[in-house]
Amino acid sequence: MDGEGQTKKFMFVNRKVPYGTVYALESLEVVLISAAFDQDVSLAFVDDGVYQLKNGQSTDGIGMKNFSPTYKALGDYDINKLYVEKESLEERGLSLDDLMELTYEDEDDDWAEKTSIILVSREELAEVMDQQDVLISS
Amino acid sequence: MKFTILINEGPYQHQAADSAYQFAKAALEKGHEIFRVFFYNDAVNNATRLAIPPQDDRNITVQWAELAEQNNLDMVVCIAAAQRRGMLDDDERDRQGKDASNIHPAFRISGLGQLVEGGIQSDRLITFGD
Amino acid sequence: MAMLHIVNKSVFERGTLDSCLKSSLSGSSILFIEDAVVSAVNNTAVSDKIKAELSSKNFYVLTPDLNARGFTDADLIEGIKGVDYAGFVDLVADNSNVQSWL
Repeated sequence: MDGEGQTKKFMFVNRKVPYGTVYALESLEVVLISAAFDQDVSLAFVDDGVYQLKNGQSTDGIGMKNFSPTYKALGDYDINKLYVEKESLEERGLSLDDLMELTYEDEDDDWAEKTSIILVSREELAEVMDQQDVLISS
Repeated sequence: MKFTILINEGPYQHQAADSAYQFAKAALEKGHEIFRVFFYNDAVNNATRLAIPPQDDRNITVQWAELAEQNNLDMVVCIAAAQRRGMLDDDERDRQGKDASNIHPAFRISGLGQLVEGGIQSDRLITFGD
Repeated sequence: MAMLHIVNKSVFERGTLDSCLKSSLSGSSILFIEDAVVSAVNNTAVSDKIKAELSSKNFYVLTPDLNARGFTDADLIEGIKGVDYAGFVDLVADNSNVQSWL
């Protein structure tokens, strides 16, 4: 496909609570497609975006599809850099224990199972964002 | 320089599509290239050819169509987002067995890969949304 | 080259400006468009917060959006520059990448 051979740093910045609006779901759909392009893809969960990774989501009572299991599949697509902003978690009374377990198998380390979640401070994330070529936010 | 523009909001409800249009026009006037305009989320509704805005208001779809015609713009409507919201071109109407289509011929329907490709091929990708 | 941050929400309604201010490096540029232009008007409850950042970051306002809401560049906090759409395009081209704080 066009664009082959070029690798850019893509970051998908998620800042919204899921279900109230479609942004979290439709952003995830772009992320999945981007896996096919062999780019350097990462996700950032900032502000209310951290709620997208909250464990125990159950949508039976609202008649909407629970798409949170899709985040667990990202590792299989070689998308394994999920930056979660520490301050955003803390402001919301959350810790890593409140998030889904998201892992990938590291082919460079005998397929050891590793966490895809990278806890970063606001300052560290600002540095990572600064280094991106393409930021897609919703 | 080459730009790809991503729009996430529908017409009239939110200024995003207007801002994106003004930006695209200014970029072209300055001699830049628009590699692609990608309509995602509710922005797929910008592509309807059936809207009837009041006479004294702008017609957002027609504005885009005219800009596209003058500058040979590639305007892509996300197929997944469009199907969800009942936006169909003739091919999709036939393929899905529906009784109508509504997408203006200046736009084309395609997959999300077109957005990622826009990010790869362009010098800058800029998002207009809510 | 540094990063361009775009904010489009009124600071009085939503927290996107705060998010942007906290997550932008010094030397980066911040552009207010759409409803966010009211955030850059002088003598409001938030002016001081922006003034405190003026020495480390560059602030811009999309003047057509400002004018649409009944203000002119003369109403801006001193040090914030008004730009037209051509200037907006220049900001996107002259910075290395763009983040829209939606």
